[in-house]
Amino acid sequence: MASEEPLFDPSLKKRSKKKTVAFSEDPLGADADPTTPAPALDDTTTNGDGVDLGPKTVHEQMKQNGVADADEADAKEAKEDDEFKAMFGDLKKKKKKKELPLDLVDEGSGTSIPTVVPAAGEDLDFSDLKKKKKSSKKKAAFDLEAFEKELNQSKAKDVVAGEEEEGEEGELHEVDEAELGEDPFARGEAPTGVDAGTEPWLGTDRDYTYQELLTRFYHSLHASNPSLLTSTGKRYTIAPPSIHREGNKKSIFANITDICKRMHRQPEHVIQYLFAELGTTGSVDGSGRLVIRGRFQQKQIENVLRRYIVEYVTCKTCKSPDTLLTKENRIFFMACESCGSRRSVNAIKSGFQAQVGKRSKNRTG
Amino acid sequence: MSVQNLNTFDPFADEADPLGANQDVGAQQNYIHIRIQQRNGRKTLTTLQGLPREYDAKKLLKAFKKEFACNGTLVDDEEMGQVIQLQGDQRTKISNFLTEEGIPRNTIKLHGF
Repeated sequence: MASEEPLFDPSLKKRSKKKTVAFSEDPLGADADPTTPAPALDDTTTNGDGVDLGPKTVHEQMKQNGVADADEADAKEAKEDDEFKAMFGDLKKKKKKKELPLDLVDEGSGTSIPTVVPAAGEDLDFSDLKKKKKSSKKKAAFDLEAFEKELNQSKAKDVVAGEEEEGEEGELHEVDEAELGEDPFARGEAPTGVDAGTEPWLGTDRDYTYQELLTRFYHSLHASNPSLLTSTGKRYTIAPPSIHREGNKKSIFANITDICKRMHRQPEHVIQYLFAELGTTGSVDGSGRLVIRGRFQQKQIENVLRRYIVEYVTCKTCKSPDTLLTKENRIFFMACESCGSRRSVNAIKSGFQAQVGKRSKNRTG
Repeated sequence: MSVQNLNTFDPFADEADPLGANQDVGAQQNYIHIRIQQRNGRKTLTTLQGLPREYDAKKLLKAFKKEFACNGTLVDDEEMGQVIQLQGDQRTKISNFLTEEGIPRNTIKLHGF
């Protein structure tokens, strides 16, 4: 039997073959740990990639663009105010209603979605829906005025659209309609060409919510700096694990010391995690290589390392990989170097180990 | 005069127990763990550990065996309680099955490669 075949990975996802493995710092990836509350973390960002940007760069960009943006926004708002008096913004609102279903379809493949993470597409949708729900409650209070106007003016279309939305969200009908009236988040992923200045709420008189302003900020940010979306400088890359086969039943993880150094983690901790996850045992040989019992392929180890990084290396708050793992009173704490947050991490437990191999061997040991 | 050798010595005296009497500090007790183990050749074993009490492990095992067309057994472990063991790599199938039966996905932890 050819031993190089992908024997043990029926569940593995295909990954693009790259020279360096880019461990995305976003736990939203398809292989993300299901225990991390991924969408909740993202609530405050307008589109998925806001998280990926380090706080530093965002700040820098804010500084750079702050002046220009402010001027732009002022001018626009003044203009929109006049428009608002003229046409009361109703036409705009109606237009939005028709567009909404299209937007929902388009979200998956929208060109403007900055998918730094390969699988961020689906996650964006979820967070978007979530945001909608959240915002609808908040906005229900703000929008009573606008909502009543809506009720008077828009009849049939609203009902149809509202019902469509209800099928998806299971929200209250009224809330949905109010939301439909001027929902900036439905267009959160709209092409960047139409953003910044065409928000449906610009013409209205109510207070802006934080979410809307944040959306607007990111739109103008990305519109003026397209390079931000494609920048790979902030991504956390480490060398791919090099796995060789020794004999028939052992795998050798040659560059584990390099990887541990790159992650600033003790090799013992990483090894412990690897063995617990793979449900196997092994040892470190004379030249610092790890000998793992069982046959493993590079991408399998890569997958496990990815999960290790998500759980024990990246900061859950700011996604920065500059963290320190310290042990205090038998509990591991992870302190972030860049944002200063500190949290305890789960202890590594190998859990139940089934009896594999001959029982007679175990009995004597 | 006290004899030093007769003093009782608590080796953990200076190690303050941060957990105290609280049993839930680990916060891992609620997860359902699905693991895989390699056997000889290309054979594998899937284990399901930490099933909540309200589910009947025996019936679940029967359903698994029928659904995934594999054999399996129920193992009683002293620490881990009842563990379902299935032949072959059934991890994704188990997780899909459990989520379809209404177990929230974030309580299921999929281990292994």
